[in-house]
Amino acid sequence: MITATISLNKDTVIVQREQDVVLFRNRVKEYAVKIRMGLVNQTKLITAASELVRNMLRYGNGGQVLIEVVTRGRDNGIRLTFKDQGPGIADISMALKDGFSTGKSLGLGLPGAKRLVNEFDIKSELGKGTIVTILKWANG
Amino acid sequence: MDRIPILRMGQFLLVTIQVDLYDRLALDLEADLVKAVSKTGARGILIDISAVSIVDSFMGRIIGNIGVMSKLLDAETVVVGMQPAVAITLVELGLPLKGVYTALNVERGMDLLKSKIQFEDETIDQEDDNSDDLPE
Repeated sequence: MITATISLNKDTVIVQREQDVVLFRNRVKEYAVKIRMGLVNQTKLITAASELVRNMLRYGNGGQVLIEVVTRGRDNGIRLTFKDQGPGIADISMALKDGFSTGKSLGLGLPGAKRLVNEFDIKSELGKGTIVTILKWANG
Repeated sequence: MDRIPILRMGQFLLVTIQVDLYDRLALDLEADLVKAVSKTGARGILIDISAVSIVDSFMGRIIGNIGVMSKLLDAETVVVGMQPAVAITLVELGLPLKGVYTALNVERGMDLLKSKIQFEDETIDQEDDNSDDLPE
């Protein structure tokens, strides 16, 4: 579950085309730099974000991402919420297994992204869409 | 449309990725490189990713594909200049980057390519020598 936090600053990015991905990644990077996240954590966060945004484009026909700076005590972090109105995921526990893919990918997207962040949450409803939330602490 | 330039240097093809790749660009690079190997008869590909700040599973798959495809055309692939943060992330992501060799920088990558090809050529030469010994 995602920890209760205070959101300081937020922004929504709409991702509908492949070209939007680079813009979105740059936006996440700006926020990560702003809260002084180290380079390794930045790279992990942006890589996880890249996996999730690709899923959103491929399986959900695009969607929107909410970028938030959150705080918990002295810790700052970035929370990303990916929301699409695609077909939804029938079996989330299968989708979170390494090597499982309904497309032609390596099946590392969801499980890989989960390993790269501090908190990960996924909700999906068939026919309605999927919401994935990830959180990476600056020092996490 | 954007394209990643491919430079030819003797028996090798050199690619320096200077921009963050989006999927189409990466797929084009894969196709262009494989075609270029076939056209030029190159024996090796050197891909410099020192300016690449993230490698996700898609990009990793493209790099692996380039390695396997060019191997089928008898060319070796060396990826050089990976940033430490990228290496850490790749391992955590679970992507071992199979099918390609890696080296720390361009210089070591070139040495590696040269040694791979020299070794292969020597083995072929030896086989040729043996065939000369056969009675006619």
